[in-house]
Amino acid sequence: MPRVVITGIGVISPIGLTRDAFWRSLVAGTCGIRTVNSPDFEQIRFKHAADIEGFVPEDHLSAKDITLMDRFAQFAVVAAKEAMSQSGLKLTPAMREDGAVVTGSCIGGRSAEEVGYRELYIHNRNRVHPLTIPLGMANAGASHISMHFGIQGPSYTVSTACASSAHSIGQAFHMVRCGAAPFALAGGSEAPLYFGNLKAWEAMRVISKDTCRPFSTDRSGLVLGEGAAMLVLEPLDAALARGAKPIAEIVGFGMSADACHITQPSAEGPARAMRMALRDAGLAPEQVGYINAHGTATEVNDRTETAAIRLVFGAYADKLAVSSTKSMHAHTLGAAGAIEAAASALSLANGILPPTVNYTTPDPACDLDVVPNAARTQQVETCLSNSFAFGGLNAVLAFRKFA
Amino acid sequence: MPLMSDSIQDRVLKIIANTRRIPLESVRPDSSFEELGIDSLDRLNILFDLESEFDIEIDDEEAKKVQNIPEMIAGITQLVDAKASPES
Repeated sequence: MPRVVITGIGVISPIGLTRDAFWRSLVAGTCGIRTVNSPDFEQIRFKHAADIEGFVPEDHLSAKDITLMDRFAQFAVVAAKEAMSQSGLKLTPAMREDGAVVTGSCIGGRSAEEVGYRELYIHNRNRVHPLTIPLGMANAGASHISMHFGIQGPSYTVSTACASSAHSIGQAFHMVRCGAAPFALAGGSEAPLYFGNLKAWEAMRVISKDTCRPFSTDRSGLVLGEGAAMLVLEPLDAALARGAKPIAEIVGFGMSADACHITQPSAEGPARAMRMALRDAGLAPEQVGYINAHGTATEVNDRTETAAIRLVFGAYADKLAVSSTKSMHAHTLGAAGAIEAAASALSLANGILPPTVNYTTPDPACDLDVVPNAARTQQVETCLSNSFAFGGLNAVLAFRKFA
Repeated sequence: MPLMSDSIQDRVLKIIANTRRIPLESVRPDSSFEELGIDSLDRLNILFDLESEFDIEIDDEEAKKVQNIPEMIAGITQLVDAKASPES
């Protein structure tokens, strides 16, 4: 099977509006969580999130395009543009015809629906905006990316809650590896910081009281964030033939379902996804040096994920570095898998492991090397990126340093 | 619908029974959440229904501390009293 490499990465995140700004913040340990002064938060018990400041759609998109896109779709297209321009990939008509676009999003453009419903239920209007459906649909990101670049091959959206964009990258990777697509743009985007959705998360009682402290004993929950990341995936031979410089290689993908509870994760389900990713990559557990954890900072996630890592890696787990970059960019839901895939690939390319920030006190039930508070200069050969969704749907990606 | 004369304890037990969809007789003040098969999602649903029933807001961190039904009743009583007293 051909090897598949990442040749472009685009990121819009609370800690940087480009790939390079994002990476600099990860290395610096910058936390993007802050008090949000938005009317959407006025009636919400929590006031903190990792929102994106300084994103100006007009800098990237035409006025006409902007009116056709909700915030999450704008993020998707702008991240895809950065990834494509970085890759230097010139699309031939044949590549356009067969290229793939696979995006992940948990809630898509539902904020556009909320605007419409407010008109109906509160203002007693008898109509909603005519673009409510195309703005709100979860596949809007994939559709606008395909239109923007004229990519006409397999294009779709995966919605598996917090694992959405890990599933989308994994499926795109498999399509490129088996030759079903000559290249793929894959990733995810999310813009979940609107009133109705914030209320729904408030009701779940999983939002932290202060900040995001994965694996730290004083953690109190997750923090919501918004953003996007897109990757360009190509067969290695094609990338080298056109003189591209691969950022990292994507080598494995594993999926599983816990099949046990709609919100309580199991350790066995995530463990099976990690094992499957290793098998798909042809890697032994001892070849892995780093795991970018799902690491939401809820007690149940962090403890279950630790147990799952121990199931797969046994005593070798003590030698693994495991960090949660959600401590910096927060939980971007459907975009999380892609943002963390970007962090994983960049950590291999730069020989630096991003930290788990806001970490104060070890939790005996999370007794891993979590790279606390400061990035570490360490070149690992391969790493995993874990994504585990509500509903027990797990996706794990494996990456190798390109050499 | 609970009568206003129902004690807070009776109303809490009824909420637990209704939310968990089990007979009221099976819910006693000394029942443990485990015995009643109440998992984390059931707890969320119960908190939600308690907030509606008593027109109160239950803090996340306070809610996490509740281990059993008497603690739940005590917490609700405190919030109901605080609402009734003007200086709060």
